[in-house]
Amino acid sequence: MAVMSETFKPATPLKIGAPGALGGVIGLFVGVANGSALLGILIGAGLLAVLAYGSMSLGNGQERVVRWVILAAISALGLILTGTMGLVLGLIFGWLFGWFIYWIGEGRYRAHLAPYLTSGQVLWHYGFLLICAAIFAFLITPILVVMPLSFNAQDFFTFTPEMLRLDPAGYSLKHYRDFFTNSEWTSAVANSVKIAPVATLISVSLGTLAAIGLSSDHVPFKRAIMAILISPMIVPLIISAAGMYFFYSKIGMQGTYWGVVLAHAVLGIPFVIITVTATLVGFDRSLTRAAANMGADPVTTFFRVQMPLILPGVISGGLFAFITSFDEVVVVLFVGSAKQQTLPWQMFVGLREQISPTILACATILVVISIALLTTVEVLRRRSEKMRGMSPG
Amino acid sequence: MTDVQMPAGDQAQQDGPMLAADGTTLKRSLARSLRRRKIQALMLIAPLLLFVLLTFVAPIFDMLYRSVENSIVSNTMPRSTTLLKDWDSATGELPGEDVYEAAFYDLFLAKERKDHTKLGTRLNYERTGLSSMFRQSGRGMDKIADAYLDPLKDLDKDWDEAEPWLDLMGDADWVAIAKDARAEEAPNFVPNAEIVTLLPNTVEAYAEFQTFLKEEDPRKRLGREEPWGLVHIALFNDLEQTDVSAYSGPGADRLAEASQLVQSGTVDIPTFAMGFADAHDGWVNIEIWRTIQTYSPKATTGYFLNAVDMKLTPDGAEFRPEKERVYGLLFSRTIYMSLVITFSCILLAYPVAYLLSNLPLRQANLLMILVLLPFWTSLLVRTSAWKVMLQQQGVINEVLVWMGLIADDNRLALINNQLGTIIAMTHILLPFMILPMFSVMSTIPPSYVRAAKSLGANNWTAFWRVYFPQSVPGIGAGSILVFIMAIGYYITPAIVGGNTGTFISNRIAYHISSSLNWGLGAALGAILLAAVLLLYWAYDRIVGIDNVKLGG
Repeated sequence: MAVMSETFKPATPLKIGAPGALGGVIGLFVGVANGSALLGILIGAGLLAVLAYGSMSLGNGQERVVRWVILAAISALGLILTGTMGLVLGLIFGWLFGWFIYWIGEGRYRAHLAPYLTSGQVLWHYGFLLICAAIFAFLITPILVVMPLSFNAQDFFTFTPEMLRLDPAGYSLKHYRDFFTNSEWTSAVANSVKIAPVATLISVSLGTLAAIGLSSDHVPFKRAIMAILISPMIVPLIISAAGMYFFYSKIGMQGTYWGVVLAHAVLGIPFVIITVTATLVGFDRSLTRAAANMGADPVTTFFRVQMPLILPGVISGGLFAFITSFDEVVVVLFVGSAKQQTLPWQMFVGLREQISPTILACATILVVISIALLTTVEVLRRRSEKMRGMSPG
Repeated sequence: MTDVQMPAGDQAQQDGPMLAADGTTLKRSLARSLRRRKIQALMLIAPLLLFVLLTFVAPIFDMLYRSVENSIVSNTMPRSTTLLKDWDSATGELPGEDVYEAAFYDLFLAKERKDHTKLGTRLNYERTGLSSMFRQSGRGMDKIADAYLDPLKDLDKDWDEAEPWLDLMGDADWVAIAKDARAEEAPNFVPNAEIVTLLPNTVEAYAEFQTFLKEEDPRKRLGREEPWGLVHIALFNDLEQTDVSAYSGPGADRLAEASQLVQSGTVDIPTFAMGFADAHDGWVNIEIWRTIQTYSPKATTGYFLNAVDMKLTPDGAEFRPEKERVYGLLFSRTIYMSLVITFSCILLAYPVAYLLSNLPLRQANLLMILVLLPFWTSLLVRTSAWKVMLQQQGVINEVLVWMGLIADDNRLALINNQLGTIIAMTHILLPFMILPMFSVMSTIPPSYVRAAKSLGANNWTAFWRVYFPQSVPGIGAGSILVFIMAIGYYITPAIVGGNTGTFISNRIAYHISSSLNWGLGAALGAILLAAVLLLYWAYDRIVGIDNVKLGG
């Protein structure tokens, strides 16, 4: 394939036309923003076509130099036209243009593809990648947009002109300061921190025991029991919340700390059950038998043999339970009272009533925490898989 | 023996049943050990099962119970609802005087306990105007009773005083203690034995009054409160039938005077029906009596009928007028929007899942992070992000205006409508579609498509006839999961949905926290729950709940 790609040379119209088309598309947007779409297309297409023609006629050996020149020229243009932001955009687009011209011109776009593909198939392949890239952008953009906005010096939910100019005056930490000093937010954090770990502890301890029981082959009514234990995950939260509100008011637990903790614990249980039973599927029962054979009592066997092996599953189940409680708002809205106002509740109220960008600072912190949690779960999952690979059977 | 495969089986059969080490037969020993392990497993499960039953299943059943529970009507108006059972509303005649009399006693007591407004609120859900009618009727009940008290008061002011009544009704010893008693140890009412025989109804009414006082505030000094109107009415009834001239205890003079007045027949007492008509003209409206009669039973289908835009009338269930039908619209909107969200998720998830399952492992893992990060990010964070993106002055509109694609005064309405809810919820639920699709697609061997192509299929045919059918289970699993989650969503529609983009769950929350029509909220919840459980059952049949995977 490598041999094929070296011999493959695209036709000249493609070498010049494709960069020209890219220039046209970008020119269209710039042109529309500046009043004339047609002029934008023409200038963009012309510029890129000339660049492509020039670089291609210089030959292969000059690639590095040519790409640096393009990069420098476009960045300088951006800096002159719109300042710092223009420089950043110029750097991005300058690199993109240089890379694209050679990617097309040297036929590199075919390097990883089967040589027998028709041009249409190659086009479709890259079209498909572009679609996927757009979907990934849809997935990740909202989360990324929140981060720079949280440093906004104004109380706006959108980018100010100062921010777009990358002017330091447009940025500040004031929303973070508010988040860490405003008593509404700090007490909300404190409540979340008080509720979530206790709820997690309850669901993990009860859930792990039950999962071990369920993994035995001799449980009667296994399906029915499983259905009941999983049901908090299936029943819509608003229904759980309504039912708990009625029932907990009746027994005097509505608006109490323990009411919220128990409600959150039961919501976390399905996650613990699912992850721990999944881990137990790969657990080799002969290990416990061997331990028993060597004289260990069931408690020792559990803590010294079984627990270390299923620990990754237990921890990731616990993380799920923790997230469930930490992120839960519907049930706490109904079961809790103002004294149990958690962080998500405070965010919900903030979004509904007084819109303050402090929410964005809070959101950014939560995103950072979730990245940390995601990493932990991934590491645990790999470790668990590795361990399972080691154990026989 | 057949279920135990032992190499020594043949020999054992010759020697009779095989024995375990302790001398019992092996079969029994095995059964016993099996039973022990069963119990062991159940003991491990029991705490959690109990916990879930108590903190989760019981509340759900409580909600289901509330959706049919209707004891407030018969509890507040026990006498009149019993009599109303025999009233035939079809004759077009108002209920008889006995019903009005019963209703008077019910409402009078309810008014004293301040329950009549609660009942009014309850019945107002079925017929507007009843709330204010019951509120206003509270005072009307006093007026009916005053017709008895006023002539007595004209005779002697003491009839409207607390202590003279205490002296007249109570046993002398009890009165002495009661008047003297400090707060807590106020003893139960002991009637005067002579009066009991003379005025049985009055004593009964007075005893009831004393019990009520004690229930209301056990530390209240007795003899401070003048008795309520029911006592005066009972006195009238007693005096009409009994001769009290033989009585000589405390207050004998007043009693004799009153007896003369009652027996003379000069007092003009209006009927209860007239009193009710005076209190509120709703009480002579046959439709209102019909409503009360219809909602008398302890359990009602009324809430469920309300939840499907119907109404319980004396003639059975019927649809509400066209403009009052809200819930049908809301249910169909919830289903429609959940379907749209599910389809957008399929459309967006399919290419991504395909790409992820066909890339080399390292690259796939890297890209998977882009799917898992939104999955792990707080729901509130993602919802606030979408609020920031979609607002009138939000990021999307600003970018479009900056690029000149839309005019500044013609910004797109992306939020507080159905579009906002659909965009935000598609984003939020997309990982739940990608992950099951991915796990199905990574099991499809690439050799099938290659084989199809080598047999002459073009790309499209190879995909559509060979690859796609194999990926359908993934689509099915993801779709049901996303649909189940979408149909019960509350937070995101509440924030980005405005008025037109809300779901049935938002209405449930409204009924529970704002309008306080808990029964209707519970009925809507029960219907939603039934829908979700049906889908869950389908999911379990198709995918199996054990196959739910979390976090890839």
